[in-house]
Amino acid sequence: MNDAARSQPGGPTEPGAATSGHAPPSPTTTPPSPATSEGPTSAVCFRDAAVRLRAQTIWSGVSLEVAPGEFVAVVGPNGAGKSTLIKAILGVHALSHGEASVLGLPPGQAGRRIGYLPQRRSFDASLRVRGVDIVRLGLDGNRWGTPLPVADRFRGSRRRDRERVAEVLELVGATSYATRPIGQTSGGEQQRLLIAQALVHDPELLLLDEPLDSLDLPNQAAIAAVISGICRDRGITVLIVAHDVNPILSYLDRVVYLARGRALSGPPSEVITSETLSQLYGTPIEVLHTSDGGLVVVGHPEAPAHHSDRHTGRTHERP
Amino acid sequence: MIPSAGATGLSWNVADDVRQLFAQHFMVNALAAGTIVAILAGSVGWFMVLRRQSFAGHTLAVISFPGAAGATLLGVSATAGYFAASIAGALVIAAVPGTGRGRGYTNQSAVIGTAQAFALACGVLFVSLYGGFLDSLNGYLFGTFLGVSDRQVLTLLAVAVVVLATLALVGRMLLFATVDTDVAATRGVPTRLLSIVFLVLLGCAAAEVSQITGALLVFALLVMPAATAQQLTARPAVSLGLSVVLALVIVWLGLGVAYFSVYPVGFYVTTFGFAGYVLAASGRALITWAGTRRRATPAVTR
Repeated sequence: MNDAARSQPGGPTEPGAATSGHAPPSPTTTPPSPATSEGPTSAVCFRDAAVRLRAQTIWSGVSLEVAPGEFVAVVGPNGAGKSTLIKAILGVHALSHGEASVLGLPPGQAGRRIGYLPQRRSFDASLRVRGVDIVRLGLDGNRWGTPLPVADRFRGSRRRDRERVAEVLELVGATSYATRPIGQTSGGEQQRLLIAQALVHDPELLLLDEPLDSLDLPNQAAIAAVISGICRDRGITVLIVAHDVNPILSYLDRVVYLARGRALSGPPSEVITSETLSQLYGTPIEVLHTSDGGLVVVGHPEAPAHHSDRHTGRTHERP
Repeated sequence: MIPSAGATGLSWNVADDVRQLFAQHFMVNALAAGTIVAILAGSVGWFMVLRRQSFAGHTLAVISFPGAAGATLLGVSATAGYFAASIAGALVIAAVPGTGRGRGYTNQSAVIGTAQAFALACGVLFVSLYGGFLDSLNGYLFGTFLGVSDRQVLTLLAVAVVVLATLALVGRMLLFATVDTDVAATRGVPTRLLSIVFLVLLGCAAAEVSQITGALLVFALLVMPAATAQQLTARPAVSLGLSVVLALVIVWLGLGVAYFSVYPVGFYVTTFGFAGYVLAASGRALITWAGTRRRATPAVTR
């Protein structure tokens, strides 16, 4: 996998010049056109959307458009409604205002075309089910029948299913520990298996809720590289919820910042500026530019800025 | 009732002993009922252990006891009482908020425990109202296999066939909903409905097992084979099959030995189940220990 093609965030050769002297770019004022005219031109499209849960507005006035094949991060502090946004895309939470389309359909109807990895699930250590079985359930877990191989033998697609599972395990690098009980694998290993599970039915849109949470830095970098590779090589649209934007910043096409009930979306070079972020969070935040044109967010309320050497090489090979 | 210490007694001729077992009609019925119950308990119990719903399973079995005692008191068949009470209990547990979340119990365990204690108390009351306190109480709580009628065998078979057919239909979805509730729900698996269906299946299984091992010893067949199988393998299909096989072995051994002995069948069934679990758990601990030693050795020599 060659990461060089995407190591520049956004694209402008003069980072920082884009928004100097202007108000922060606010897509809320320029809603994108709905994807109704010529099929699904966007993978995800929200127009002036709001979600209310238990009589409380989580966010409102959210408009965003994600083009097919984009790698998008949803970033923001705790409780900003990042997972709510993912669940609104899934159709689990209905919009209280505005409209949305997902892969050209109303939310909740794209079903199998979406791969979803919920926020950190831990499998307790005593769960005696192999990783490969968990991945396999992503492929056929919603079918009628029993998990017995005897019943499987009557289905012609049995070998194809097995090959597909082996293929995604290889893709995320989980082959070597896939036959261990999942409760006995490490956090990073479980996360790779779960990404494989979300990918195994060949979705067009991948929604990952905090896949890097509670992983150590080398694992964060490695999994970010795996995800961006999937996005680039397979053309899958990826929406990733992250606490901290830094480990994935260099791969991103678009950032959605959620804070204080509002959202802000755009290319990283436009959204990730000291001015925009400070205003959004209501606390001073600095965006630094590394010598190779990368960005580093410093002073983020939750994220300690300890990855400033991240752009020096192929991060996932770091010991 | 009839001879619990066999007619001619145990000999060293195994074939002759087996022939003795099948010579008595009540024993044939007991073996048939035991076989049906073992297959059912092995498969339903496997899902129950995986879903961490053992407490619910135990409660459903205990609830079947006042059902059976109440039915006897009213002059209805005890079998009907077992099923009615367990299925009603399953629906009540399903109605407790939060039960549909698949694995694990939080606050519901207090509610379930409260209901369980009250059910047990009601059962004791019904038995004492009926009269014959000690005899029937022993039977209800710790199992009896001497009085299994032809009709009861047929009822057990019919319920088992329905339960197993349902399980065969929803098995894979149930497994998905069990190990990975959130993802299963977004992939269109009806997790809430499945959890209610499973509780009803569990109620049926608990009622069936209660009739053989007694309400207090259902775990011998619902938990022990499944837990042992899950110790031995992490492959879902193998482990499910193994659970059924272990349940069958436990029941056959338990019934066979109980026939030649004066002690209750519940004791033997439970003892064989317990022995199997201890063997499997200690065997696995030994393998794990040997594995870590082997991995540790090169580091020491280097």
